[in-house]
Amino acid sequence: MKRKDLLGIQDLDPQEILDILGTAETLQEISTRPIKKVPTLRGKTVINLFFEASTRTRTSFEIAGKRLSADVVNVTAATSSVSKGETLIDTARTLDAMAADCVVIRHGSSGAPHTIARLTKARVINAGDGAHEHPTQALLDALTIRQRKGRLDGLKVAIIGDITHSRVARSNAHLLTKLGSHVWLCSPPTLMPVGSCDLVTTNREFLHRTYSMEEAVSGADVIMLLRVQFERMDESFFPSTREYFRCYGLTRSKVALAKEDAIIMHPGPMNRGVEIATDVADGPYSVILDQVSAGVAVRMAILFLMLGGQS
Amino acid sequence: MTLKLNYQLMNADEVRGTLETLADQIVSTNAGRPLVLLGIQRRGIPMSQRMAKRIALQTGVAPEMGILDINLYRDDLTKVATQPVVRRTEIPHGIDDKDVILVDDVLYTGRTVGAALRALIDFGRMRTIQLAVFVDRGHRELPVEANYIGKEITTKDNEVVEVRMDEVDGEDAIYVMENS
Amino acid sequence: MHLLVKNGRVLDPERKVDSIVDILIKDGKIRSIGKGLTADVPQFDAAGLVVAPGFFDIHVHLREPGTEEAETIATGGAAAVAGGFVAVAAMPNTKPSNDGPSVTAYIISEARRSSPALVFPIGAISKGQKGETLAEIGEMVEAGIVGVSDDGKPVMDSRLFRRALEYAQLFNLPVIQHCEDLNLSKGGVMHEGAYSARLGLKGIPSSAEDTMVSRDLILAETTGGKYHVAHLSTRRAVEMVRKAKADGAKVTAEVTPHHFTLTDAAVAEYDTNAKMNPPLRSQDDVDALREGIADGTIDVIASDHAPHHINLKMLEFDRAPFGITGLETAVGLAFTQLRLPLPRLIEMLSSNPQRIMRVTPWGIFEGSDAHLTILDPSRKWKFDVNQSKSKSRNSPFHGWDLTGKAVATIVGGKLVYEDRK
Repeated sequence: MKRKDLLGIQDLDPQEILDILGTAETLQEISTRPIKKVPTLRGKTVINLFFEASTRTRTSFEIAGKRLSADVVNVTAATSSVSKGETLIDTARTLDAMAADCVVIRHGSSGAPHTIARLTKARVINAGDGAHEHPTQALLDALTIRQRKGRLDGLKVAIIGDITHSRVARSNAHLLTKLGSHVWLCSPPTLMPVGSCDLVTTNREFLHRTYSMEEAVSGADVIMLLRVQFERMDESFFPSTREYFRCYGLTRSKVALAKEDAIIMHPGPMNRGVEIATDVADGPYSVILDQVSAGVAVRMAILFLMLGGQS
Repeated sequence: MTLKLNYQLMNADEVRGTLETLADQIVSTNAGRPLVLLGIQRRGIPMSQRMAKRIALQTGVAPEMGILDINLYRDDLTKVATQPVVRRTEIPHGIDDKDVILVDDVLYTGRTVGAALRALIDFGRMRTIQLAVFVDRGHRELPVEANYIGKEITTKDNEVVEVRMDEVDGEDAIYVMENS
Repeated sequence: MHLLVKNGRVLDPERKVDSIVDILIKDGKIRSIGKGLTADVPQFDAAGLVVAPGFFDIHVHLREPGTEEAETIATGGAAAVAGGFVAVAAMPNTKPSNDGPSVTAYIISEARRSSPALVFPIGAISKGQKGETLAEIGEMVEAGIVGVSDDGKPVMDSRLFRRALEYAQLFNLPVIQHCEDLNLSKGGVMHEGAYSARLGLKGIPSSAEDTMVSRDLILAETTGGKYHVAHLSTRRAVEMVRKAKADGAKVTAEVTPHHFTLTDAAVAEYDTNAKMNPPLRSQDDVDALREGIADGTIDVIASDHAPHHINLKMLEFDRAPFGITGLETAVGLAFTQLRLPLPRLIEMLSSNPQRIMRVTPWGIFEGSDAHLTILDPSRKWKFDVNQSKSKSRNSPFHGWDLTGKAVATIVGGKLVYEDRK
């Protein structure tokens, strides 16, 4: 990988994205072996620096690193006001002192990985920063879509939910439009960010916004649901979860508007009965488990591309 | 790095004939036992495919096939190009107690074979691992020897042996190039 | 203090002075103005330079008392004169807040002791700047304030703000408002627009400023109070001020150099030196501000100098405090970015600020306090933040090439700053 860090899909060009996906597909085979390990990253130190709780993503990165024989260390750091005096520069210096080859950072503040990346020699992978980007999520979503649909261009992808606070929505919007699919962002008016019509800078006409779930879901190849993040909401974005479910919850009747072979995706964890009806969540077109397997493959690919060559 | 042709080692007929000879040697040495042919990416794959056809013809039994990419096992990974390319690996299940024939185009320093051996350790305990190569060009850096050799030549350090297979390169031939 | 300033182009548009003359200063006051003056006093050769009435930055945060690690009255004053300002008006959001005569008196006495620039305190509008009840404005006037404001915060309560506009008239004080509806801006860290959407940062909508400007202009009109809008940043706010002035209201407005220079694009790499309140906005807003400067809608350029200790600006973008320094770059940016005729520049940096604040005016006339700013409009220089006289380093202009600089500052006849090639 030419670039030092993977901070966002916005920075990648389509070929880089396809290279990562291709490598991920090749490495997926390792997870099917009796001994799920190759020695490629032996002796490399990967630090999972998670300022925000996340079992899912952290475990996925840990497994990915270990399958490539890297030494993976989990560090949970606090971002509370207790650590007010501690700055990102101290974090970066500590990483260099530990001779980390790679740091996977998840942080509650948009831009924190960027600041750390500027200050440390280690290669930085953004595992989710505030509402900004979650590049590995978008890549694993893309891999899942490609494996199910055979392609990533010319699809209609509906992304439904709290767009304002969603890094998953942003990363997916960048990736899918870059590769030539139409992305429909759909949310209540209170949760569609001002300025989102300018969200992507290439293939801008591939990005659409609507408040109508029917419009977003009609004829869709992929329906991507975002988790309603109650913990981020300190104001009146919508009156109740019941209202939210009525207008924006994915029910059988709404799924029926999409293409017959549409797939349903969710970054997890799901709020059943809020963004998705239970019978739909467990239905045949849900690819949520595929996303998990794709996640390990994509993260292996990124670690391999970053650390597996000339240092 | 510019390569210029030094001489042609084999033409299309010689290539095909050598592959058949190698296949026959494998059959006679392995007298009826179940075989697994593993082609090493990239040209080991068409080599092993053609050899497998010949073996099937001779014995009536087609050997199991597999593909091995050794890029995840190279000991010189940090010295190769900045963008490591990794290709498919497909090892058939249940190769314990079978005879595995590694198939590669050129045997040079022996490091590729070393990496292949490291890869195979994690897949089970094979009865034997054997090595079939088109060209052995000398200059070993590890104690590795091939069981079946198409042609043995001496080469200079600045020479490159290029094996061309129709399935990959559009022609069957072997050239010895020089690096000027 | 005595000084003879010779050969400069002396320019005071307010008093219609524009000629190459000498100025003789005795005991800190201008004794005479004329050609070929001589005296047995120190001389300052201003040949090729412009001699203007001393510049006055009416929006500065000196951080003392309470946050001296970021700045003190002494260091802030040094930065001011290095920027060509003979005087600054200090905002009250210190710790404790300047909401009473004792803090006012402290600031004035400390400034007298240690600051090369004059410091005119601005008193708080409300007690503790809590926005609930009026502060003891009369007492503070006795102690020496020149205006009132609750800056960094707005006065949200309309009734309280009305009372402030009414009450301050007793003392002929300007009431300065930091216009921000805190409910609309809550949680925001940058301008709400395409960049905030892309960067995943919560936005401060222009409406947060516009709704309050709109409310304030109505209150100013109905009370007849002297209303001054701090750091204008949106197109609509400029338009509303323009209309209010056309309708004869007693309204004045200021703009900061960063608001007429930078847009929200400056945040792109999460640079905390692009984080301030009001935030950097869109190119359209910048264009509107420049139009307002050109047509007189905006009266004053003021820096909103807001120093912060370097540790605080190294935090994540949404945790870093708002504000950048500005005393030493204001004049250079005004010259380089705006290309105003010199008289207009002097008006915006000296005459208008003096007229708005409750100060005894100074200028180029006999008997005036000798406060002068000496300018070289064609001087090319590069701003090096590491050489700044401020304690803090939070400026987005480090390394910028600027044309036009204050090369000397004279306060009370004393040459307190000089930068000559």
